[in-house]
Amino acid sequence: MTAESKHPFTTVIGLEVHVQLQTQTKLFCGCVTTFGSPPNTQVCPTCLGLPGSLPVMNRRAFDLSLRAALALNCKIASFTKWDRKNYFYPDLPKGYQISQFDLPFSYEGYLEVVDPKGAFEPRTVRIIRVHLEEDAGKSMHDETAGTADSRIDLNRTGTPLCEIVTEPDLRSPEEARAWLNELKLLLVYLGVSDCNMQEGSLRVDANVNLHIPQPDGRLAKTPIVEIKNMNSFRSVERALVYETERQWGEWQDTGAEIGSMPKQTRGWDDSAGVTRGQRHKEESSDYRYFPEPDLVPVTVSEEQVAAVRSTMGEPPALLRKTLAERWDIPAYDADVLVNQGPELVEYFEDLAKKVGEGKVASNWMQQDVLRMLNERGGHIADFPVQPTAVADIIGRVKKGDFDTGRGKEIFAAVLETGKPVDEVVAGMGIAAVDEDDLQKLCEELIAENPKIVADVKGGKEQAAGGLIGQAKRKNPNVNPGKVRALALELIRALP
Amino acid sequence: MPAQDNAEPTLTREDVVKVAMLARLALSDAELSSLTDELSQIVGLVSQLSELNTDDVEPLAHPLDSQNVFREDNPAPSLKTADALRCAPRHDGECFLVPAVLGESGSA
Amino acid sequence: MTLTTRSAAELATALQQGETTSVECTTAFLDRIEATNPTINAFLSIDRDGALAKAASVDAARAQGKSLGPLAGLPVAVKDVLCTTDQKTTCASKMLKTFEPPYDADVVRRLREADAVILGKTNMDEFAMGGSNENSAYGLVRNPWDTDRAPGGSSGGSAAAVAADMAPLAIGSDTGGSIRQPAGLCGITGLKPTYGRVSRRGLIAFSSSLDQIGPMARSAKECAMLLQTIAGHDSGDSTSINTPVPDYLTDLEKPLQGLRIGRVAAHFSEGLDPEVAEHVEQTFATYEAAGATIHEVELPHAAYGVPTYYLIAPSEASSNLARYDGAHYGHRWDGTPSDDQGINTFDSPLVEMYCRSRAEGFGPEVKRRIMLGTYALSAGYYDAYYAKALRVRRLIRNDFTQAFEKVDLIGGPVSATPAFKLGEKTDDPIAMYLVDLYTVGANLAGIGGISFPCGFTQSKLPIGFQLQGPALSEPLLLQAAHQYQQTTDWHLQRTTAIPS
Repeated sequence: MTAESKHPFTTVIGLEVHVQLQTQTKLFCGCVTTFGSPPNTQVCPTCLGLPGSLPVMNRRAFDLSLRAALALNCKIASFTKWDRKNYFYPDLPKGYQISQFDLPFSYEGYLEVVDPKGAFEPRTVRIIRVHLEEDAGKSMHDETAGTADSRIDLNRTGTPLCEIVTEPDLRSPEEARAWLNELKLLLVYLGVSDCNMQEGSLRVDANVNLHIPQPDGRLAKTPIVEIKNMNSFRSVERALVYETERQWGEWQDTGAEIGSMPKQTRGWDDSAGVTRGQRHKEESSDYRYFPEPDLVPVTVSEEQVAAVRSTMGEPPALLRKTLAERWDIPAYDADVLVNQGPELVEYFEDLAKKVGEGKVASNWMQQDVLRMLNERGGHIADFPVQPTAVADIIGRVKKGDFDTGRGKEIFAAVLETGKPVDEVVAGMGIAAVDEDDLQKLCEELIAENPKIVADVKGGKEQAAGGLIGQAKRKNPNVNPGKVRALALELIRALP
Repeated sequence: MPAQDNAEPTLTREDVVKVAMLARLALSDAELSSLTDELSQIVGLVSQLSELNTDDVEPLAHPLDSQNVFREDNPAPSLKTADALRCAPRHDGECFLVPAVLGESGSA
Repeated sequence: MTLTTRSAAELATALQQGETTSVECTTAFLDRIEATNPTINAFLSIDRDGALAKAASVDAARAQGKSLGPLAGLPVAVKDVLCTTDQKTTCASKMLKTFEPPYDADVVRRLREADAVILGKTNMDEFAMGGSNENSAYGLVRNPWDTDRAPGGSSGGSAAAVAADMAPLAIGSDTGGSIRQPAGLCGITGLKPTYGRVSRRGLIAFSSSLDQIGPMARSAKECAMLLQTIAGHDSGDSTSINTPVPDYLTDLEKPLQGLRIGRVAAHFSEGLDPEVAEHVEQTFATYEAAGATIHEVELPHAAYGVPTYYLIAPSEASSNLARYDGAHYGHRWDGTPSDDQGINTFDSPLVEMYCRSRAEGFGPEVKRRIMLGTYALSAGYYDAYYAKALRVRRLIRNDFTQAFEKVDLIGGPVSATPAFKLGEKTDDPIAMYLVDLYTVGANLAGIGGISFPCGFTQSKLPIGFQLQGPALSEPLLLQAAHQYQQTTDWHLQRTTAIPS
């Protein structure tokens, strides 16, 4: 249930997302951007902002950001330039950030989010602009160490970032979370960014306020609050839920409307579950933007745009449809698979091709592969069982070598031991049960279960199911279906 | 406010203090006084530009008319940490040390 | 033979022919520096050991017949605005008093690869801001022609070094005239190349869209020698021009055929010293006699050059110098409380550190320009000031483009007066800014300009003549200056104001 239905207002949410581009090196220099390295080991005169240092634009960063913008249905500027955003902060060694101000390379796009379960209406979020800029470093302050210093690590300075700014088109915290997931999926699919919030390669700030219809027909709006410091999509949702309630409470107390105070920034405290006001520094907003003299402008031709488009794969939204049609699987299945990312889709398609049945492959993916993956952790790229092995197991089930249940056990054992399917099957003593053995076993069961025989004879054929468990205990290799069929046949033949 | 017609633009001491804070300069009393005069004069000089009609003139930010200068995404050696920190006024062998940075990042 | 009075070209020949060694040369210049620097203060740091070691290695290589760079064994002085790994780089500021760059500027790298011997780092106006070299945190520089007078700036140290025979070759930088004007006031030749011709990597930035590094020496020929080494594309500088470097030395000797030189009547206004005007006119006559034709041209917006420059340069500087905040390098305030009632309240200890470090580290002119630039870029003023200046800049460039349709080069004064007295303009910033009157245009338009001696005043002060040419016209500029120097000997005159 959304806030909309609980309270008489509309929640209006806009997002500002920064994604680190998946380049090898920084935006303006050849330092690598590996996450988690020891402090100040990935720095050079340029990203340190040493006197006399100069920036040179990373071509791949620009190409990846073009890709992102095109995937977000943005218009691409034929002429774009770089600007300096000037402010003082220890994680910004030059005293300015090279960014884009009045002529960003892309603008006016959109990205739709659809909830397959229908929790909200499909929402198209308009994107105001996507621009390219450099990241700042990290400042670390250890309160417990008791020193009055902050430690500055500049490894991250100069990492290429795409800043994506949306219109305030989102209408609930749930939508916001879903949209972020869709954005992440899109950018992962395109190889633009790994969008890992834990590693800081995706960061979100949210702007939220409430629109409250008044009795006189006017729409009152609460002051916009910018929320920062949310470290996961779940935090974003929780923070927005909290902030919505907080603003509603404040509205009822004060009736303060937008324009009555400067835009507020509040930080999300995940453990306490609240947003807290941050000190508003008025003068810090005069960034004195001016064209970056050390970088020349960039022109983008139609041909270039077409070339970039041709290297882009299918975005998730399209892939869901394609997958469903290609393999004849339900939309729900396609959604689950696509949402796991391109590598898993690749795994699935390989499996489906070998198995020849999309739905069967999809079931195995969801119930077995994904389940194991989630249990063990890790990435599908490192998953020890190959589609070939899974297809082999599925094939044997279809042939009747063993039932599906057994097949899942075999799968688990292959995963566990790393042994080939043949070996595992043999090791488990799985062999086809020949007709004579099956006959003998069923005759035994019938002899041992007079009550069941009587029930079946009395018309309750489903009672034969009670024999299956016993059959498996006698010989785990029996096929339940065959046992049931043969048992029924034998019982019917009894006088 | 910037020059309007023939009015001589002057800066007040308050203007100078505001600019000094933006520029992170702890100006002394004497400097505040002299700069208020000097900057007012210099602003008078540069305001001569308002005499020119530039409505149809594009700004010239780069004297070269070049565009599209890129480098390839290939790693290059970074500095050793010791070299990066060598000229730091204060460091702990790994990081630069500055007076505590409290609260959120400087960028809004 | 007095090595220090030989030109670099002569020294190069002498070295090649074994008449002298690089160690001998270098020693001679080092001794000269030791004798004269206490008076002139052209050098901020002298690398005696390093220079002699390099000289010795060049001599050894030469003796073994190994191939050598084009400047092999020749001593060069480098303005302390360029990063050198083996010497401090201070920009004549307290802010960078102990700064040791971990990398060499591209120009320095080229000099080293050319086997030049770097004698030391020369004095300058702090962060290249000034026209008299009186803004150095390490003492002013004196003009070798009259030690009560300024050498010009900001490359005053490099100009004085060459003029006083402390170095046969020097590197300067020019943002609004800082090579050409001191060259003019010190009686030497100095060239500001076309913007982008020489890499700015490792040049400590003052105004990024105006800065250029260039050669300073006794003659155009030697400037050509230096330019040949330092010019060229650098992929590490996005504003570096990517066209081949011509052979400046060969082009020098080509006779001038049908050279059209522009003369701007407006240059000869009341502010122009009569003796300067006289020698400048005489120079036009000399060119005419040599076969050039003189044509009147106009640069209608030239009068707006100084205001335009003094908006663009300080604005860019205010941003370029933001990095000097005491956090990662440079001077940091030591925490001593201040009694002064000036700006005394700060948002946090960090902000106080920034403000006090910068207040202590920067001199008055630097502060003035940072303040001006910050103001010009600030909200509400950007359009009227900075943006406006960028538009006028285009008008100024258009003036040159149109003029160069009629003429090949534009000639004229480089400075309105000869060397002025020390202290004469230090109380009047605007008077100081106006010394750039004839030189800012080339920086704003991104074109090349050369200044060389064309005479002396009655009181034996050098007078400079400037030629400006279209983008990438260095060959013609050098050639025109060189041909003038073939038939005149102003450039060979030496000062007698200091002991020789």
